[in-house]
Amino acid sequence: MSTPGNVVIVGASVAGLTTAVTLRSLGYGGRLTLIGDEPHTPYNRPPLSKQILTGTWEHDRIKLRTDEELDALDAELLFGRSATGLDTVRERVLLDGGDSVPYDSLVIATGVTPRSLPDAHHLAGVHLLRTLDDALALRADLQRRPTVAVVGAGFLGAEAAAAARRMGLDVTMIDPRPVPMRRQFGDRIAGLVGQLHRDNGVSMRCGTGVTRFLSAGGHVTGLELTDGAVLDADLVVVAIGADPSVGWLTESGLGLNNGVECDAACRAAPGVYAAGDVASWYNEHFGARMRLEHRLNATEQAQAVARNLLGDDLPFAPVPYFWTAQYDAHIQAYGVFPADAELAVLHGELDNRHFVVAYGHRGRVVGVLGWNSPREVLKLRQLVADKAAWSSIEGSAPLVGALVGAFGPGG
Amino acid sequence: MHVTLDQDRCVASGQCVLAAPEVFDQRDDDGVAVLLDDLPSSGLHGEVRRAAAVCPGLAIALAES
Repeated sequence: MSTPGNVVIVGASVAGLTTAVTLRSLGYGGRLTLIGDEPHTPYNRPPLSKQILTGTWEHDRIKLRTDEELDALDAELLFGRSATGLDTVRERVLLDGGDSVPYDSLVIATGVTPRSLPDAHHLAGVHLLRTLDDALALRADLQRRPTVAVVGAGFLGAEAAAAARRMGLDVTMIDPRPVPMRRQFGDRIAGLVGQLHRDNGVSMRCGTGVTRFLSAGGHVTGLELTDGAVLDADLVVVAIGADPSVGWLTESGLGLNNGVECDAACRAAPGVYAAGDVASWYNEHFGARMRLEHRLNATEQAQAVARNLLGDDLPFAPVPYFWTAQYDAHIQAYGVFPADAELAVLHGELDNRHFVVAYGHRGRVVGVLGWNSPREVLKLRQLVADKAAWSSIEGSAPLVGALVGAFGPGG
Repeated sequence: MHVTLDQDRCVASGQCVLAAPEVFDQRDDDGVAVLLDDLPSSGLHGEVRRAAAVCPGLAIALAES
């Protein structure tokens, strides 16, 4: 393909900004437009559910670039503007003001939108957490020292619960699955996450759903649960997962099945790429289609897209990495964690909360997970990169019964 | 090239160690990055730039003359 001369990037969080920065660092000298629907300059999201929520950091601390660095990108920055449509025939992005921007190469990096619950979000005291504004609003409400309920025990819900406990608040976590973070880690490790939260004073209501939000005077006062219990709560965090932000692409003709469908090189159509949480692509390393909502993937995928856009045309085949920090637990994971994987302890012991476990699937090591073992898990990552035979990790003690457990849908 | 590392921002992902093992290491207990060489030789500059670009905590700053 010929080198583009007019690149438009829709989405100005990590993936969008990193695409722009990488294009310039590779010597791209053409036109560059970065469109983002938030009014803020680009910022880093992981601290939103951690240091920003507890008030340890002010929000200036999480800017991805200074204003001077953004100026140096020599890009047209359209922040606080939403893309409303895409015309791939005329090669134009339609904007909320009714105007449009032409491109010859397009990068879609619009991320995800948090799921909401019916008949809940009109109430004061009910929060979602995705953006900086969401985090600042939630922090302000937490500082009123409410009784907190967290609905959803995935990454975000568990981190929000930990932050609220760190602030000394009364916290209940509710999830229809039997243990928190089950979908991410499987039953055995998820059980340890549940114990961690109980040890830190969270009231766990797992295996329970919410049937109704209770309110008085337009403010939430509690939740009615599927087991019939009524829970008092004057602040509720709804953290039940997120969906790819593809509403603006409905008429585009692009494949939109769980995100923007791309090939192994992250290309959705000629001259159109996707990166970050919104992108579904074929990861050749694992021989599987993936869509990841992980911080590092947003960076790595954006870098790959920038290179491919300038002509590399190489598959993006990373070993995914993610982490979560809750209380004193730092959990880091490389690879994938299928429902029917086997587990083996490679380092330490589960009971003392310093360990690395490997996840085996179809005779190969497909994932390693470290709990307060950062150096060890980084070394053992190589087993995933090498697709090591499961039989080669002899000498480690496989967990009895060894099924990781069924994954629940969504969340 | 002058490298600075903000350990307070570090999220212990170890990506800098993967990218530039001669310039970065990790503490044993919590995995927070350690800077081994704040003035790396020119042969390492490419690796160090990759480390800074990939760092998910924005903990690595480079001053290039």
